[in-house]
Amino acid sequence: MELIVDALVQLVQLLLVLSIAPLLTGYVRKLKAHLQRRRGPPVLQPYRDLLKLIRKEAVLADNASWVFRTAPYAIFATTLIAAALVPTFATGLVFSPAADLIAIVALLGSARFALALAGLDVGTSFGGIGSSREMMIASLAEPAMLMIVFTVSLLAGSTQLSSVAAYVQGPELGLRVSLGMSLVALIIVAIAENARIPVDNPATHLELTMIHEAMILEYSGRHLAVIEAAASLKLLLYFSLIACMFAPWGLATAGQGFADFAIGVGSYIVKLAVGGFLLAVFETGTAKMRVFRVSDFLGAALMLGLLATLLLFVSQRG
Amino acid sequence: MALTILLSCVAILLATSALAVAGARKSATTFCVYSVALAVSVAALSIACWMLLTNPGSAATMQLPIGLPWLGAHFRLDVLAALFLVVINLGSLTASLYGLGYGRHEPTPGRVLPFFPAFLAGMNLVVLADDAFTFLLTWEFMSLTSWALVMAHHRDRDNAKAGHIYLVMASFGTLSLLLAFGLLAGPDGGYGFDAIRSATSSPGVSATVLALALIGAGSKAGLVPLHVWLPLAHPAAPSHVSALMSGVMTKVAVYAFVRIVFDLLGHPLWWWGAVVVTLGGISAVLGVLYALMEHDLKRLLAYHTVENIGIIFIGLGLALAFQGNDMPLAAALALTAALFHVFNHSVFKSLLFFGAGAVLTATGERDMEHLGGLIHRMPLTAIAFLAGSTAISALPPFNGFVSEWLTFQAILLSPKLPQWPLKFLVPAIGAMLALSAALAAGCFVKAFGATFLGRPRTSASQRAQETDAFSLTAMFILVLLCLIAGILPGYFIDALAPVTQQLLGAQLPAQEQLRWLTIVPIAESRSSYNGLLLFVLIATAGWLGAYVIHRWASHAVRRSAAWDCGFPDASPLTQYSAGSFAQPIRRVFGTLAFHAREQVYMPAPGDTQPARFHVSMRDLVWDSLYAPVERIVGFAADHFNKVQSWTIRAYLSLVFSSVVVLLAVLALWN
Repeated sequence: MELIVDALVQLVQLLLVLSIAPLLTGYVRKLKAHLQRRRGPPVLQPYRDLLKLIRKEAVLADNASWVFRTAPYAIFATTLIAAALVPTFATGLVFSPAADLIAIVALLGSARFALALAGLDVGTSFGGIGSSREMMIASLAEPAMLMIVFTVSLLAGSTQLSSVAAYVQGPELGLRVSLGMSLVALIIVAIAENARIPVDNPATHLELTMIHEAMILEYSGRHLAVIEAAASLKLLLYFSLIACMFAPWGLATAGQGFADFAIGVGSYIVKLAVGGFLLAVFETGTAKMRVFRVSDFLGAALMLGLLATLLLFVSQRG
Repeated sequence: MALTILLSCVAILLATSALAVAGARKSATTFCVYSVALAVSVAALSIACWMLLTNPGSAATMQLPIGLPWLGAHFRLDVLAALFLVVINLGSLTASLYGLGYGRHEPTPGRVLPFFPAFLAGMNLVVLADDAFTFLLTWEFMSLTSWALVMAHHRDRDNAKAGHIYLVMASFGTLSLLLAFGLLAGPDGGYGFDAIRSATSSPGVSATVLALALIGAGSKAGLVPLHVWLPLAHPAAPSHVSALMSGVMTKVAVYAFVRIVFDLLGHPLWWWGAVVVTLGGISAVLGVLYALMEHDLKRLLAYHTVENIGIIFIGLGLALAFQGNDMPLAAALALTAALFHVFNHSVFKSLLFFGAGAVLTATGERDMEHLGGLIHRMPLTAIAFLAGSTAISALPPFNGFVSEWLTFQAILLSPKLPQWPLKFLVPAIGAMLALSAALAAGCFVKAFGATFLGRPRTSASQRAQETDAFSLTAMFILVLLCLIAGILPGYFIDALAPVTQQLLGAQLPAQEQLRWLTIVPIAESRSSYNGLLLFVLIATAGWLGAYVIHRWASHAVRRSAAWDCGFPDASPLTQYSAGSFAQPIRRVFGTLAFHAREQVYMPAPGDTQPARFHVSMRDLVWDSLYAPVERIVGFAADHFNKVQSWTIRAYLSLVFSSVVVLLAVLALWN
């Protein structure tokens, strides 16, 4: 019985991330439009786009192989599961021992691997540009991410997100410079991983600058819809990750009552709203950088992560 | 009993090898040799598995009256040997199966067939040897037979050079091991491993032995900077031998290192770990960077062996550091990670080399710039190669991820180490490990993409045919193993427990009983991973998503020309090549690591000359370490050359004066 309830809560979390991910994307777009003094599409536009796309026929390039056709579903499923394993409104859910933070990052790596292969499948130059740049950015973002994991696990003694959240909520935290540094590093990594300005621009098809869009250029119809859904899920995942590690307030724990879960959901939505606003402001105020400046940008994240770890060692001694 | 059967297996292999010499010209020999090797590997594999899984607690020993008259040849089968026998014989099983199909395309079977079983026998014997003399003899036997296999196609100039460098490096490695065992045996010359184990050596001697073991085993395994021969020699051999050399023989080298340092040398000091971890980290990153710059499919795989050996040595180094500080549980975690990666790497590296061999047979090409689009012509090979690529890129739910995850868990325990250098070093190594994993993923997107995806770049890849059933069976056995070890890692970790118990006196908690086969290396609140659950969840979510969309939305498909932003180009040469794929990474990392420089020659407007693009890269390891040695040897050889044309009188006086000098030294010594 208890197991069924636990599984239901886990399922609710999965459906929650699945259903609100496009909303977050639409919300950020709307805010950006307002900041640029445009009216912008309605907040619900991403849902309409997805519905429109899945009902259309898919146009496949002549020599597209099964990799091209199955990759969208693999990307979607992997991202969805990763997003469902990051605590959103409650920690300690029944499937959370399946993957710690490192495994969640690696799941996103699997999704990226599939996407990069799909970009190469048709054999066009644009797909290649996208795949090759995406893997270059990933090679810089992953070490930075690991240094963040290292810092957090050094503090919390765990790579399990539930334990990290519990530690940050707990009394022994105090003010930690290292945690601040890793927050900045994580935000940089999140921006790069989600193809946001200044690393990539999700709203352009300008050939010299695009990365993510270049990889999915050949996609149409339901395949495109599934990839777009996965992209919004990934954005949501990074919001949840930052919220869970650095602002775990209001999180319920598994086994608590309905009221706690309601508070958890409410505070999660508030966190998303604040995070989305900050992202929109940041993106509006920044210019896209050249592709080969990205290595400096992500190098800064790596250095911050490394500094955060070393600072912890030094401060632990004193 | 088990040992007797294993030694009989070896004897059968040696006899097959002798018979293959006699029957080299008969066409049935290929089939016979590989079938016998297959049968023997199955037998040896079952014995080794049985030994590892039941763990009878005591090792079987045996002494044969061959070798040195006062010593004999000692053999011993303990759990460590059993583990590596599993790796070796799993590799030889699949390689023999693959050889049944692949060997038929061999132009010169007489140069492969006699050495193949002998090579397998050599690897088995190294692991079973229980005295220094037998160990070195079988080690050298293994090196020489593999050298003969590298030289199978010796008329190719590159292969001849590869064989030459391999021979030099192998002799150098064996020399180091010889000295290491000499130091271990001490002045009394107790060459049995039992005698060595019971003797204690001073810290200085131990440190020297460690250095010699690192050079001896490391040069065979391919640790940077001793890796230079590996990417030349491994690809030169026929593909199933490449698989054995890269997937299995490097593991025999790891075995030698583990046997000497963990078993024979006694309690480690903390700084040994620091040295080994540093070498491992450098190998991991440099190996994958070299691989990214490489366009030859088999050589790319060989460079990845350097990377994975680096990852294994990171695990081994951490185990030494933890053991040196009396933290046996953490050491057991690090060693489990390293040994699990030994198994995993042998599986997916064999798989990938088999795939490369199938591509080579089908197209005659190893250069990825001449391939492409093979997924349409060789669909099954493509699936197998994709699975291997995913596994080696450390992506869940395949096996490569689990062992790297365990290594990360061991790295995360490093703050508990008391020494400050280690505290600072190990996080940096962690970042290097993450870097190498991310770059490996990029490299295999490149390798798989350029070879199997896109449009065919040459007519050879346009006309390729799917490979034979034997090869495919061998590949899919390995695919299955990659998946099983990835989603049920608990059983594999439990199987490694007796090995860590024997070497370190500690083992990870049993994983088999845990709920839903989750693996928990230390404590559930700290970290856990469940590959099975992830696999099931992802498969369900993907299938459900596809089903819902196909059932209720649309499943219509229209084929059309590629859109390519409105500028499609009919020539397949306009698609991204392996070189262009690696260009961003070359710009970010290669400028430092390889002194990569790009030169663009752009003709003036109106000039009809073509524009040119040139990339220059330097291999810094070769230039700074090997080229000077090469120059010194060349210089010395030039000058000693003059001695050759001396007269007999000059020679006689040389001999006479050397005797006088030696006698004088002896007199002064006493």
